[in-house]
Amino acid sequence: MSLSTKSPKTSPIKIMQNRIYELLKQGKRIDGRAPHEVRPVSISTSVIEKADGSAMVSMGGTKILTGIKVETGTPYSDRPNEGVFTVNAELLPLASASFEPGPPDERAVELARIVDRCIRESRAIDLEKLVITEGEKVYMLYIDIYVLDYDGNYFDPAVLSAVAALATCKIPRYEMRNGKLERVEGESMKTPIRTIPVSVMIGVIQDRLLVDPSPMEERALDTSVILGYDSDSNIVSIQKNTPGLLSLNMMEQIIELGSKKAEELRSILVEAVGLGS
Amino acid sequence: MMTESKEIKLIDEEGRRVDGRRPDELRPIRIEAGVLEKSDGSAYIEVGRTKIFAAVFGPREVHPKHLELPDRAVLNCRYHMASFSVDERKPLGMTRREIELSKVLREALETVVFLEEFPRTMIDVFVEVIQADGGTRTAGITAASLALADAGIPMSDLIAATAVGKVAGTLVLDINDIEDKYGEADMPVAMTPRRNSIVLLQLNGRMTSEELKKALEMASQGIKKIYQLQIEALKKRYSVVSLEE
Repeated sequence: MSLSTKSPKTSPIKIMQNRIYELLKQGKRIDGRAPHEVRPVSISTSVIEKADGSAMVSMGGTKILTGIKVETGTPYSDRPNEGVFTVNAELLPLASASFEPGPPDERAVELARIVDRCIRESRAIDLEKLVITEGEKVYMLYIDIYVLDYDGNYFDPAVLSAVAALATCKIPRYEMRNGKLERVEGESMKTPIRTIPVSVMIGVIQDRLLVDPSPMEERALDTSVILGYDSDSNIVSIQKNTPGLLSLNMMEQIIELGSKKAEELRSILVEAVGLGS
Repeated sequence: MMTESKEIKLIDEEGRRVDGRRPDELRPIRIEAGVLEKSDGSAYIEVGRTKIFAAVFGPREVHPKHLELPDRAVLNCRYHMASFSVDERKPLGMTRREIELSKVLREALETVVFLEEFPRTMIDVFVEVIQADGGTRTAGITAASLALADAGIPMSDLIAATAVGKVAGTLVLDINDIEDKYGEADMPVAMTPRRNSIVLLQLNGRMTSEELKKALEMASQGIKKIYQLQIEALKKRYSVVSLEE
């Protein structure tokens, strides 16, 4: 079941939308940012000792923690020579008054699937290098994302934290010895990373675009789109994640703006985790 | 979408696809409105081997009551696949994919339905995929918007949809299951043809900016054709043919 939750575009929101639009036309935003300016990003990795990889990312007031646990298991039958990864996301009740405890709702499911798509479709992880014995034993990466504080746009920092955690993850080494899978004590390997995916959330108000919306802006947007990019500026994923009309012309502008912003976010990420891209 | 095609040739020497279509050719489409008795509006669609029913109930009383909105109707949408609709039996219950697709379908429909006409009510839209051969969300929303129209719910336009894919480096319209599995990208697009605007857009897979723009143009061409079929289906259901003089 998927229920409409967004408030209608009736008066208070309409007034806010007009105000945001007027400011955008002057190249300004309510919080003092330029229309195409993302909030300050900070990334710290290996913050959870018990996880094999972890990263805390804040983007403005939005705070995301990703932890990765590595296990071993059997590969999917249609992909016997590939390791496995899964992405899960939770909107924790401590992050916002609008998040409730319980199993992931449609917003959390969407977040997890957007991050998953961005990593999977960019082929960021070289899954063939995560095989222990072909068809039998592979490494399985469980990437779990927690939204700790929600101050708008949890998508882009979630991708940043997932990729930062992956890039710094130490996969404990296992080996087959006499037909038995055994941990090689004290040894680990880095996640085989091929490209550095990032996502960019872009909001539309009439004929104007803005990036990295605040919660107030999110409510006032006509619509919004989240795009994933790989290191070569290919688009690897798209999700229009709110109702509303989007013209083909606006979409063309979104594609161009997205690739610029993706580069900016990627260079922040590369510097923070010390990756040569 | 992750592995390149190894055995299957997705585009042959003559530029034809696995099912013989040209890159810009839709599969055969059959659309019918008013196919289920008890619902307030319904539709059936076949796109190649993809087969989907959609049904609409409402505007009716909101259940549970606390979801009621004072100034408009609540739109509820469920995209669901039958267990036998896919090659390997789908477990019962809603998968994460179905939860996500229910959300994007609902958001697309919300864009065209005049919800403010029916405060304190609920409109339920059910999409049941009985056979899946690629393009189920796009065929599903095409049928769902027709079912809404069949239920007499005021809307600014119908929604028509298709997916553009990239297989063996070529952009192709209305991809089927094999092209989705072994191709490089799948981009479902839904539009309101009268406004020529996008209401649903997703992408799985890699495209350059230029390819993406071209793919959107291809989708919009295909969508115009599907829109005509929707209109014909509505006319067929509602035009009265008098046999008497």
